[in-house]
Amino acid sequence: MSTSAETDFALPRRARLHIGDLALRGIAGAAALTVMIVLILIAYKVTQEAWDAISTFGLGFLTSSEWNAVTNQYGARDLIWGTAVTSFFALLFAVPISIAIGLFLSELAPRRLRGPVGALVELLAAIPSVVLGLWGILVMGPFLEAHVEPFLIDHFGWIPLFSGTPSNVGLLPACLVLTIMIVPIVSSICRELFDSVPSDLKAGSLALGSTRWEMMRGVAIPQVSGGIVAAVILGLARAMGEAIAVSLTIGGTARTGWSLFGSADTIASRIANQYQGAATHLQQSSIAYLATILLVLSLGANLSAALIVRRIRRRMGAG
Amino acid sequence: MSAEVNPLTVVTRRSRRRKRAGIVMEALATAAAILAIVVLAIVVISVARKGLPAINADFFTKNPAPVFQTGGGIKNAIVGTLIMTGMATLISVPVGVLIAIFNTEFAPPRVAEGMRIALNVLAGVPTIVIGIFIFGLLVVGHGQSAIAASLGLSIVMVPLIARATEEVLLLVPVTLREGGMALGATRARTVITVILPTAVGGIVTATIVAVARGAGETAPLLFTSSIFANSVVTDVHQAMASIPLTIFVDSESPSVADQQTAWAAALVLMAGVLIMGVIGRALSLRTRRQIERAR
Repeated sequence: MSTSAETDFALPRRARLHIGDLALRGIAGAAALTVMIVLILIAYKVTQEAWDAISTFGLGFLTSSEWNAVTNQYGARDLIWGTAVTSFFALLFAVPISIAIGLFLSELAPRRLRGPVGALVELLAAIPSVVLGLWGILVMGPFLEAHVEPFLIDHFGWIPLFSGTPSNVGLLPACLVLTIMIVPIVSSICRELFDSVPSDLKAGSLALGSTRWEMMRGVAIPQVSGGIVAAVILGLARAMGEAIAVSLTIGGTARTGWSLFGSADTIASRIANQYQGAATHLQQSSIAYLATILLVLSLGANLSAALIVRRIRRRMGAG
Repeated sequence: MSAEVNPLTVVTRRSRRRKRAGIVMEALATAAAILAIVVLAIVVISVARKGLPAINADFFTKNPAPVFQTGGGIKNAIVGTLIMTGMATLISVPVGVLIAIFNTEFAPPRVAEGMRIALNVLAGVPTIVIGIFIFGLLVVGHGQSAIAASLGLSIVMVPLIARATEEVLLLVPVTLREGGMALGATRARTVITVILPTAVGGIVTATIVAVARGAGETAPLLFTSSIFANSVVTDVHQAMASIPLTIFVDSESPSVADQQTAWAAALVLMAGVLIMGVIGRALSLRTRRQIERAR
């Protein structure tokens, strides 16, 4: 939609260019080219740093849980597990909340409240991750350890997720901090999506006798479901890549297990904790290998989100 | 007994259930919004409550006290964050604005679309990976430096500024462009004298938002400017202390005094970032209104 708006008032592109125009186009083009170069350089440099680990461990790196500086053996299985669990639960909490906030801001809230409430939710995204991490480890973690985790263990301890002993650091605090970081991002995209649903569709549904909720469930949400998927993917990318807040709250002992309580570690958090202090060259290279994995995951997520958005635009343009 | 009831007013059990479901779901959606605001309030209040007691003049004007001594402040970190964020801003504003100009004024639609995806991908690169990248590119062999850290921060900031600026440039009314061209101005001149001045409010907003983001970033500094002196450093070839890293390191310390410093530093950072966020938002609303009036 925005591309057609842009071509609407673009000047004829083949108009003759003067020297000043050529100069500006050259400088602006160079700036644009820099983005491409930086992207390629990032991929090249990170892979290069990781090369020794990649050639030593190969793909076995992904399935080995060994992380031992003495024997100089490294594997990422436990970290991949930690990233998968934290991201999954963060999304599990964040996605329904974000869709609900999007619906509230777009359909339910009184008009006067929409601006301020939306602004407050977006301010949540402005809090630096290191501040959230500090709060997570010194306020939320101890609170969970003292009140929430004992309760869950007492009543639901038979579920593997809630087995174990209470701890102020671990998967649960990390999931919750990630949830706080993802909600503002996903909810503001959802709000824009719901705002974009043509109002005659909404009105038509209401006129047929739907309640407001039936209109949202039957018309608004299905209408933008592709966009919601893209938003969720972007939230996932954010959750996987967050290093600082997670490394402060998760504890840092890599493990594979179902319990949400107690220390674990993720790919991004391990990079933050060990890259600088790496004991051997191979350890440092293995951490760069972790960064390569993270880079591939984030590229995949962002590109697939972009593809989804493009397909939606095409369809809307055609219809 | 006649069964003369108006079918339109029949309240069946089903319709009551539908209504009740609607009320419940609307209440849940409202609760979600309230929850987000409550979490924001809890974080802000607990940082303020824990940070305020340690904030005094010394906190801003003194360097950290030597080990085993009390007192001191984070002057070196404040200066470091100002210098590094400042340098990153000086790099990323021109680059970001130029990219936006390229996209809206010069690039064929396909190229512009590709650029937009590239910017999104760059914005999506985890900041910790950017830290590793800058480390391998600039720190290995040269040592840590504020310059390296600023470049890392500017990689975070450029996509933010470029995307937001592009949006504002697209809002500039076509009549203004045509007016410039009709007066015989070259395209470059139209951009510089007509389009940019119209969009300047939006560019300032984009910059404020990006600065707020950059000032709070920890990961790009972790490997590029983390081994620093306990005093103010102004040489950009050396590593500088920064507020985010002070929080990161002190929050993991078992010492209560260090944790206190972390809270106070977090309060300073958060206050700065939130104030910039509010100003940025207010400005952006004003710019949009102004441009719409010009239409």
